[in-house]
Amino acid sequence: MIKTTNLSKKYNSKEVLNISTLEIPKGQSFGLVGNNGAGKTTYFSLLLDLIKPTTGQIENNGVIVSESEDWKPFTSAFIDESFLIGYLTPEEYFYFIGDLRGQNKQDVDNLLAQFEDFFHGEILNQKKYLRDLSKGNQKKAGIVAALIGNPEVIILDEPFANLDPTTQIRLKQIIKDLAEKQGVTVLVSSHDLLHVTDVCERIVVLDKGQAVKDIKTSEATLKELEAHFSGISEV
Amino acid sequence: MISKFISLEWKQFFRSASFGKSLALKILMGFFALYFIVTFLALGVGLYPGLKKAFPDQDPFIIVNQVIFYWVLMELLIRFFFQKLPVMSVKPLLTLPVKRNTVVNYVLGKSTLAFINFLPLFATIPFSIVLMSKGYSKSMVLTWLVAMVLISLISNFLNFIIESISSETELSYLPIIVVAGGLFALNYFEILDISGLLSASILAIANNPIYLLILVAILGVCYWFNFKILRQKLYLDHSLKTKIKEVNASNLGWTKNFGDIAPFMQLDLRLIWRNKRPKSSVFILVIGLLYGLFFYPNPQFQDSPMIFGFVGIFVTGIFLINFGQFIPAWDSGYYKMLMSQNIKYEQYLKSKYTLMILSVIIMFVLSIPYVYFGWKILAAHFAAAIYNIGVNSYVIMLGGSFNRKKIDLNQRAAFNYQGTGAVQWIIGIPLMILPAAIFGLTSFFISFQVGLFALAFLGLLGIVFHQKLMKLITQKYLDSKYKMIDAFSQDS
Repeated sequence: MIKTTNLSKKYNSKEVLNISTLEIPKGQSFGLVGNNGAGKTTYFSLLLDLIKPTTGQIENNGVIVSESEDWKPFTSAFIDESFLIGYLTPEEYFYFIGDLRGQNKQDVDNLLAQFEDFFHGEILNQKKYLRDLSKGNQKKAGIVAALIGNPEVIILDEPFANLDPTTQIRLKQIIKDLAEKQGVTVLVSSHDLLHVTDVCERIVVLDKGQAVKDIKTSEATLKELEAHFSGISEV
Repeated sequence: MISKFISLEWKQFFRSASFGKSLALKILMGFFALYFIVTFLALGVGLYPGLKKAFPDQDPFIIVNQVIFYWVLMELLIRFFFQKLPVMSVKPLLTLPVKRNTVVNYVLGKSTLAFINFLPLFATIPFSIVLMSKGYSKSMVLTWLVAMVLISLISNFLNFIIESISSETELSYLPIIVVAGGLFALNYFEILDISGLLSASILAIANNPIYLLILVAILGVCYWFNFKILRQKLYLDHSLKTKIKEVNASNLGWTKNFGDIAPFMQLDLRLIWRNKRPKSSVFILVIGLLYGLFFYPNPQFQDSPMIFGFVGIFVTGIFLINFGQFIPAWDSGYYKMLMSQNIKYEQYLKSKYTLMILSVIIMFVLSIPYVYFGWKILAAHFAAAIYNIGVNSYVIMLGGSFNRKKIDLNQRAAFNYQGTGAVQWIIGIPLMILPAAIFGLTSFFISFQVGLFALAFLGLLGIVFHQKLMKLITQKYLDSKYKMIDAFSQDS
């Protein structure tokens, strides 16, 4: 589904990302972990064509993202709060995204109904603007907005940060369902090794812009990751 | 402690990301300041001889005191729109061992150093010197000078009280308009002779310095009131629990008539209505509409129709210019999201275009009553409206593709220069000066009718080539996509 070749990104000759090859098949739940500055968000931004690659390219379902915009209809993302429109209510925001993705009001309502649990009664019908919601609730709204319009690729940057434990557990279930039952390719980044190993079939470790590990998740993965990251801190 | 605060602000200024740009702006402001200083100096020096010449049988000192009321009113208005309480990021200080009172006193004290507090001195000091040289009692003139300074400071603190009240109500301009307008009306309709009272009391103070204490007391009350308001705001729960208004959502169903641009139209309308900054560009409409009254009633301009073109462009295009110059910066807060969505850039731009066109048409319709001053005015406004639709709307969108400045939607406008770069200043030239020049020159050298025709023709040309121009502009936006995303994600 997503094919990365010879991708690199430099800022003033300082290389922040260099991935020679990375292929993510359809329906995989894919995790990206790494310390601060490892290049996780850079990779996602490149994937969404928000920044220009220095070399190489990313193909999303056969479309080279920096050359054509045809990947947009089947790709959605929530990177940070700047993806929200602060002066809209959550409902208005969902309908707006729905409009952009060719969904009518009823379609959006049907989708939202499935996430009543996840919202925990704090998002819908609150008569509040998104900018007045707490960080965690903003995140919930952003994540659900990324699910509107049956995307085939969903990109979530740090989805677990700022969420309360109950919501984290529910989110993990949602991500698993998306990948296993609906065949959606889900890309998740996180600092939390436990969450990523819970959710993702495959985990890639980034370090200073390089993919240093590519693991198929198993019982031993969490230990392996912990060993890796505590090793880094010693060097 | 104060010295630490000052060093913090110093660093904030010099280390800000947009330092270079804000420096350029500061230099520009510096020129403005210089201009005002010179004007006031000239006023201070020339006031006495001028008044003596104009009203030979009256005492200039008395005349000056009679108009002080109007000066105070104007000062209040100017302060309201231009002066803000100095900002200090207090959140990090709250948990540190700094006394709250120190912070409040520092902020209030700093506000007295504002340029506008010193500006009147450039007029009053020379005026006082002239008075003394003309043989007025030295002690009286000095007392008067001190009284003027105190009045300035009182209006300084009074303004912050008004501002803090107005910031808590929805109708942001209402309190100041009610206060200033009410005082003016009371005086004007001679219900209460405030200007007479004020001038009498200032004279009384000048003759008896003891009365200065009254002004000091008023100043003290104003300061104390400010102190109270600010101290209250210094608690974190005030910024945490920011007042959350109930949202009154309307679904704006009528925008569906505009077809595929409907979602963006809804977004733009909500953007304008729910954010302070763009909302004030709606209030500016009123100012724009009344702008013609500066010119048209004046018989001097009646005979020079060249000016009609300029006024027409301004009146019908004020929203276009005000709103349009910050495309796409209005959406800078969530630009990344828009760019990763499945949208057609052309629809996005077309929605803005439609809004601007509608505003031009509405402004033209509202300006029809100007026909009272002559049919030529109506004709000129019509031609100007067509020019605005057919030329200026594209020019301003094209200019937007060079826009690299983020806008924080929650800031209040009126001389809030955030989001203003050199481009915005430059774009003002073709928008206003060019059509005014075309119209002015043709109607001056050829005839009024040809001037009208020239403007309207250019406008129609733009309307005919709408599709082509939109394509060109869209391409321009696409080309600068990465640069815009990068610039908009930086905090200024």
